[in-house]
Amino acid sequence: MDSCVKIINEWDIVAARQLGRNVARDLGFGTVDQARITTAISELARNIYLYAEQGEVCIEKTESGGKIGLVIISEDQGPGISDLRKVMEDGFSTSGGLGAGLPGVKRLVDEFHIESNPGEGTLIKAIKWLR
Amino acid sequence: MGFRDVMYEKYKEILESYMKDQDEKALYLSQKFSRKSIEYKISPEEIISLHRTALAEMGAESLGSVMPSFDILLEVMMSYGLAYREHQSLRTIQQELKSEIEVAANMQQTLLGTQIPDVDCLEIGALSVPARQMSGDYYHFVQDEQGAVSVAIADVIGKGIPAALCMSMIKYSMDSLPEGRQEPSLVLESLNRVVEQNVDPTMFITMFYGMYDTNSHVFHYASAGHEPGFFYNHEIEDFEEIYARGLLLGIDKKTKYRQYEKKVEVGDIILLMSDGVTECRTKDGFVEVDTLKEYIKKYIHLGAQEIVNKVYKELEYLQDFQLRDDFTLIIIKRIK
Repeated sequence: MDSCVKIINEWDIVAARQLGRNVARDLGFGTVDQARITTAISELARNIYLYAEQGEVCIEKTESGGKIGLVIISEDQGPGISDLRKVMEDGFSTSGGLGAGLPGVKRLVDEFHIESNPGEGTLIKAIKWLR
Repeated sequence: MGFRDVMYEKYKEILESYMKDQDEKALYLSQKFSRKSIEYKISPEEIISLHRTALAEMGAESLGSVMPSFDILLEVMMSYGLAYREHQSLRTIQQELKSEIEVAANMQQTLLGTQIPDVDCLEIGALSVPARQMSGDYYHFVQDEQGAVSVAIADVIGKGIPAALCMSMIKYSMDSLPEGRQEPSLVLESLNRVVEQNVDPTMFITMFYGMYDTNSHVFHYASAGHEPGFFYNHEIEDFEEIYARGLLLGIDKKTKYRQYEKKVEVGDIILLMSDGVTECRTKDGFVEVDTLKEYIKKYIHLGAQEIVNKVYKELEYLQDFQLRDDFTLIIIKRIK
């Protein structure tokens, strides 16, 4: 199974969600967590679609200390984010009606890592552990 | 049984009972349930999942075809759930900010604290109430060994925290003035230089500085665009404006201030205030200066502090207990 989806147009967001949902279901996540995972994927894929020229979302399985988790990796070669602190602030993106934003994604998952360099792009890694 | 299982059982119980009888009691229990779920931070999408699971378990077979619709509902509620959690965390931040401001306001009170001088011939009353937590008004008394009582009253245009920060600077500049008796016009000139150099050009300060000579009973004063005070003449039982011209602090560093003087007789009263007093707004517009004078006349037989307190109470009532600007009122009454 191909575990990455290139995000070029809006329908690729749906493909990324579908991929995430399939993996989440196979790993044994419940409906609410499946919805959380797909919402997180949606947000990340939408950011690529809206702000970066190209990028992809990959879904992987991970294991650590007997726990099983799902990893969402979102990588793009877009403009990058110059003020990470600001975009991670509550109310920054939601006030403009841009959706849950990165703080929302962070809330939906258990672990959240972000790296971004202006002019180079953004790499986000989010993990949801199976409870 | 875990907490979530308990909640689930409870929900199922309510649902089952309502499906059977549709009575108000079950609805009331649902309301209680929703309060409890908020208390335990259960998000909207979890409630929907709870509902779906309960329905499936109750084996309502006729519902079979409706079940997938809950996926849509759950998905739609996801963003509401996120918004809800964001709201929770913003509320925490707001609480933190609020308590930080409270600490700052207490610090400001200590910082700007001043002792009302105790002089035989004078009775002095003063009250300063901020519109928000922190005040942009400032008043200060100084008493020197030769028997002069000096009073400063200042108002930063604007209110809240920026005004308060600015006010603290005035306080420090006042403290760093040379010891000993200072002519009001010179005090204003030296503060003007400090403000002009240190304060944002969009921020202005008005100030009135007066010095009451307790030997000659002459009140010397100068004003930097401050709200004019009133002088109550006991003999003719009427008010006159304490007139003084002068530019606001911080506009031009070369500003010179003119000094005025007024002889004060026994029973006469000097009233100083910030524009929060004269610009009291009610539903019907500004409070008229005459209204203010009426209040003062009504309580003129009382002690200075009591007059101040009563006038504040009246104006507070007039404004429906909502101060729109920082309020400061000072009364100096010659009693012998």
